[in-house]
Amino acid sequence: MDFLTLIQVLDSTLRLATPLLLACLAGLYSERAGIFDIGLEGKMLVAAMFAGAVAAVSGNVWMGLLAGIAASMSLSALHGIASITFRGNQLISGVAINFLAAGMTVLVAQSWFGQGGRTPSLMGGGRFDGIELPFAIGPKDAALSDLSVTKLIEQAGPIQQVYSELISGHTILVYVALLCVPATWWLLFRTRFGLRLRAVGEAPEAVDTAGVSVVGLRFAAVAICGVLCGVAGAYLATGLQAGFVKDMTAGRGFIALAALIFAKWRPWYALSATLLFGLLQAIAVRFQNIEIGGFVIPVQFTESLPYILTVVILAGFVGKAIPPRAGGEPYVKEN
Amino acid sequence: MNATANKERPETAAPAIELRGISKAFGPVQANKDISIRVMPGTIHGIIGENGAGKSTLMSILYGFYKADAGEIFINGNKTEIPDSQAAIASGIGMVFQHFKLVPNFTVLENVVLGAEDGAMLRPTLAKARASLTEIAREYELHVDPDAIVEELSVGHQQRVEILKALYRQADILILDEPTGVLTPAEADQLFRILARLKEEGKTIILITHKLREIMEITDTVSVMRRGEMTATVKTSETSPEQLAELMVGRKVLLRVDKEAANPGETILVVKNLRQFDDQGVERLKGISLNLKAGEILGIAGVAGNGQSELLEVLGGYANATGEVTLKGNALPLSGSGANGRIRRESGIGHVPEDRQQEGLIMDFKAWENMAFGYHHAPEYQNGMLMDNAAIQKEALAKMERFDVRPPNPALNAKNFSGGNQQKIVVAREIENNPDVLLIGQPTRGVDIGAIEFIHQQIIQLRDEGKAILLVSVELDEIFSLSDRIAVMFDGQIMGERMPNETDEKELGLLMAGINEKAA
Repeated sequence: MDFLTLIQVLDSTLRLATPLLLACLAGLYSERAGIFDIGLEGKMLVAAMFAGAVAAVSGNVWMGLLAGIAASMSLSALHGIASITFRGNQLISGVAINFLAAGMTVLVAQSWFGQGGRTPSLMGGGRFDGIELPFAIGPKDAALSDLSVTKLIEQAGPIQQVYSELISGHTILVYVALLCVPATWWLLFRTRFGLRLRAVGEAPEAVDTAGVSVVGLRFAAVAICGVLCGVAGAYLATGLQAGFVKDMTAGRGFIALAALIFAKWRPWYALSATLLFGLLQAIAVRFQNIEIGGFVIPVQFTESLPYILTVVILAGFVGKAIPPRAGGEPYVKEN
Repeated sequence: MNATANKERPETAAPAIELRGISKAFGPVQANKDISIRVMPGTIHGIIGENGAGKSTLMSILYGFYKADAGEIFINGNKTEIPDSQAAIASGIGMVFQHFKLVPNFTVLENVVLGAEDGAMLRPTLAKARASLTEIAREYELHVDPDAIVEELSVGHQQRVEILKALYRQADILILDEPTGVLTPAEADQLFRILARLKEEGKTIILITHKLREIMEITDTVSVMRRGEMTATVKTSETSPEQLAELMVGRKVLLRVDKEAANPGETILVVKNLRQFDDQGVERLKGISLNLKAGEILGIAGVAGNGQSELLEVLGGYANATGEVTLKGNALPLSGSGANGRIRRESGIGHVPEDRQQEGLIMDFKAWENMAFGYHHAPEYQNGMLMDNAAIQKEALAKMERFDVRPPNPALNAKNFSGGNQQKIVVAREIENNPDVLLIGQPTRGVDIGAIEFIHQQIIQLRDEGKAILLVSVELDEIFSLSDRIAVMFDGQIMGERMPNETDEKELGLLMAGINEKAA
């Protein structure tokens, strides 16, 4: 494997890790506030569908993004009302949201577009384009010379290769997701809101007696979770791919949950964990058949690696991860 | 702060807190009935009453947790509405709850500022709080490391964090709900010194407790509550524990346990080198050895969580251990199928568990069913293949009458009885089955004074019949008034044995903290 191949794998790692990272951070806000959310998958899915649909109809990807966020937030509101206002079981509410999303997206897409439960393929303004950073090799350079972008990068030096291939050329949502990591860290550990958010997931009674609204904080967390899931879903349909297809989240919401446990509910760890899962997915995409000493590892195995790792992590292989203490428990005021 | 202003306040100043005609009902239960009270500034005001008398409800209303159905609240003479905790804090009221409201994995500093931050950014808030805590620590001699993680602090220090929280919010009125329940005697003494200091600095303190000794020791004024009503408010210097007890219960109560000197017979239970590990592999019992004679009460003192519960569970037959236990010369199995509660009961060890609601009773079962549990294999309860329910019910009624369980209705579910009456059901069941050894854990936890008196009398009577009794209690008063011998447990070990008339609370307190002066 040469240097450029490595860079290319890392490049697709970044693309594939982005929805995981966004969903993982979404879960982080919610669970840090004491609301377990296994409905990340469902929220991403509705966001992908509505983003794909609105982007296709309007031809404006930003409208699509907003539609995705709105769809995801409405499911977040549902989860909030069920588990915060009515103190229902958070797992059951999450499962219900996943079922609802799985069925509804295909149904609505089929009824609107009649293409077998998918949205029309997106073109031009309906998709997020890669952003070409200054001095990076991109389509403009290719137009000036006779060579393709790929050829130009192949001919460039290693630093330019890293810059142009790995760092430059992603859609804006990839950069947004990466920026969300320090932003989340800062919000959680450097602001009043973060202090209260972390407190409400550990000891809601302490927050309540301090005169701060437990319900308000938890709804805020669930709303942030909805926004981030919305961006993640919209990215799937309008950035990573060109349009919505049935079940396109493919368990990413659950992988994000596993990554969240792996990351012990911390933002920077969440970045590493989701990059690891992204790398596994990138390897599965890039190397369909890996040959080790004459033995060919079947593609099915490499493709299932992220899921196998999820199971291993969820089985507690990573050692003790202590979730927020009040997680999953509706808050009931008592003396 | 405004401590000096308070000091100069004349005697005739407006009360720090005045409640007028507060009433609060939860469904059909009238928790507070037309309560009026005046708490003068710069005093320690005790509120005493039995469990369920309405003390906590009243304070929750004052702290904005509940809204009163009727009545008015005046703070420093001004009528004040307290719809939520924020309003209470703004009026200068700070509350230290019985169960601390702290975030366990936050630092002391973070806990103190939570909800009282100065702005959206944490840094300036934390810096200011750090300076302010140093100031408070100096002023009130309340020292806690601001960077310590709360869950790593001792219970006594966690309580200080709660007090610091209130002081940081500029509270002038501090309410403490049963503050000594979780403390060692030494920690309780420290708390009282802190409270005295706060009073000196002009703070007003409301102390809610059911312990008469604390009221007599530290308060200036005391109000007594009974069944949701305020029955009296008196100057502490003009009253006596006996009078207060009578006001609490509504009849004369014997506070001192009347008992003859013990007349111990031969050793009946021998425990040697008992060791036990819990699920996490932590050693809970580290080689316990003790003897118990017929006709004596051995009291096990100690702060909760030092292995007393495990000792009871092992002796009661529902936890495994290694070591040797012999009852009247016969070795008892400590693990395997022979170690279970039924076989222990059949071999003559009765057991009143520490937690009556979890282990002593099935709350959703009827009193008569609960009366037979553990003894339901007895031949007199059988009718061929079936249980003789009529016989069980008849006997249950007789036992309930003998033990003055109110109401004496075997058909009621266990959960419908008050704490004291639930405990009487358990005690009646175990004592009436005539054990050679009675294990009894926390016999009067959450039990009102009237029932305490009765249960204590029953225990003494059992002793006088020549039975051996192993009493585990976290209440030192109870240990002192009942025990013929006292053993102190700390960290899974017996720290030492003392005779009640040759020791005092101070020495036992040190032993409970793991300090053996005689050995040192």
